[in-house]
Amino acid sequence: MGKYIVLAALLLAYPTFVGDFFTFQIGAYALLLGTVALSLQVLGGYGGMVSLSQLTVAGIAGYTVAILGDNTTNVMGLGWPWWCVVTAAIAIAAIAASLIGAISVRTEGIYTIMITLAIAVSFFYFVRQNYPVFNGFTGLAGVEPPRFGALYLRDPAPFYYLSLAIAAVFFWAVRYERHATFGLALQAIRDNPRRMAALGYNVPLHRVAAHALAGVIAGTAGVALVWFNGRISPGTVGVDVAIDILIIAVIGGMRHPIGPFIGALVFVLLENFAIDLIDRERFNTVIGLCFLAIVFLSPDGLLGLFDKARQAVRADTPKPQEPRKHPDKLHHNR
Amino acid sequence: MNQVLPPNPNPNILDLSGVGRQFGALVAVAGIDLHIKRQERRAMLGSNGAGKTTLFNLMTGDIPVSQGTIHFKGADVTVLKPQDRVRRGLRRTYQISQLFGLLSVRENVYLAARGIAGNRFSLIRTQAKDALMQEAENCISAVHLDDAIETEVGNLSHGQQRQLEIAMALVGKPELILFDEPAAGLSPTERRDLVRLLKGLPQEIGFIIIEHDMDVALQVADLVSVMHDGRIFKEGTPDEIENDDAVQALYLGDGHG
Repeated sequence: MGKYIVLAALLLAYPTFVGDFFTFQIGAYALLLGTVALSLQVLGGYGGMVSLSQLTVAGIAGYTVAILGDNTTNVMGLGWPWWCVVTAAIAIAAIAASLIGAISVRTEGIYTIMITLAIAVSFFYFVRQNYPVFNGFTGLAGVEPPRFGALYLRDPAPFYYLSLAIAAVFFWAVRYERHATFGLALQAIRDNPRRMAALGYNVPLHRVAAHALAGVIAGTAGVALVWFNGRISPGTVGVDVAIDILIIAVIGGMRHPIGPFIGALVFVLLENFAIDLIDRERFNTVIGLCFLAIVFLSPDGLLGLFDKARQAVRADTPKPQEPRKHPDKLHHNR
Repeated sequence: MNQVLPPNPNPNILDLSGVGRQFGALVAVAGIDLHIKRQERRAMLGSNGAGKTTLFNLMTGDIPVSQGTIHFKGADVTVLKPQDRVRRGLRRTYQISQLFGLLSVRENVYLAARGIAGNRFSLIRTQAKDALMQEAENCISAVHLDDAIETEVGNLSHGQQRQLEIAMALVGKPELILFDEPAAGLSPTERRDLVRLLKGLPQEIGFIIIEHDMDVALQVADLVSVMHDGRIFKEGTPDEIENDDAVQALYLGDGHG
């Protein structure tokens, strides 16, 4: 528990130490991308279902905000009050995620990835070709977060704290759920779906429910992301970005909900600063090599590297005590 | 209170009539009639490929029957799904352990208990004092796994995993358990423990046990059925089966060849 209090204090104090760029473009963005990747960690790490459509779910929430709320594109923009828009966006994201789940849960492994990839691709082309509602290639711009008196949510610090609150709530929820009945059953289904069915569980329904909950997580992050960008277009929900989410989850580590956030931070830092290390033409190569190195060194991502380092430190510490051969000390070490 | 109950018309817990299963041209189970009484303990013997495990899969619904009917506690369950049969009190263990390797012993047994009890989508964390958690702990004690209760199942020994399989079959007041070779791969000591465990099960729990080890099977069973080529070849008490020449020939002759 102690380490979480330290982490929380650091995250809360972060904007007072850094400028607007690091608060908004790095801090808030990493927290939101991490939250989308967290929804993938729930499905992939606990449910054994690697889905490439989590960004699509976030994008559905984002488009819903732009369509039902206000935008400056003269397409849709129904002007609903913000709380209606947010509730509707998250609910629609959860429903869409359940439908994606219903289509994909009867598949396993690579086929789940293919089906969810197909869904992501079709959503991308659908919004690009549909002008009456989604305004096609240009998308919908001028999407504003709500104002509360003098508090403007897109100012760096307020937006950072909003992103931190979203990330923290879902991080805590996922950590809690891991040991709840639903979460335990989900992990058991990952380990042995046939046995779970024989024990009386409705495996497909359980998986769809996991998609729905992950949809709430991705959808909420999607709402905040459309406020972050101020606009949404097919490029926001493209396949390259969908794969970025998978990369974030994999380099962070899928075993623990902290993994996606570590992955997102590394990803955002690389995306912003790799260009300073090397010329403009080559910076994607640097990013790619970094990810390759992480996955090569540790299949469990940065989390796995962290565990390895900790084990190495533990294995090293007793050594200086050995020459002394103090019986009490040796006993303690066992 | 002195209500006179009508005599139970059917003393059997499980009735198989003409149950058969083909896989393409292969006849795995050929029209078997089998009647198991309540609280009965029955052993199924037979060489590899005799159809014992297939028969179990038909009883539990893991594989649908090709023909015949299955009645459990008097009700026709022939087309019911496995989970519906589980909820009626029919449990099984697997020849190859089917466990949840990254969860603890406690969590494995708890999930088995929860599967029968309902409320399987609860988003609330489990508490140590929950009735189901208590029941899970009791079942873990019954198979002597108390010391390993928090251990991740993937780290258990083979013998402990077999014990855990049995604990998962004991939750939720089962009336009939199908044990599929529970002694497979166990050491002689572990076999003795297993026999003691099976003999010590509450009397109201009946079971059918598939076992290659004649000693184990004959010690724990009231009645023995010997299967051969998808049929029941012989039925009798352990003594009768042990001294039956035809069974001996089958077991020591071509059966193990």
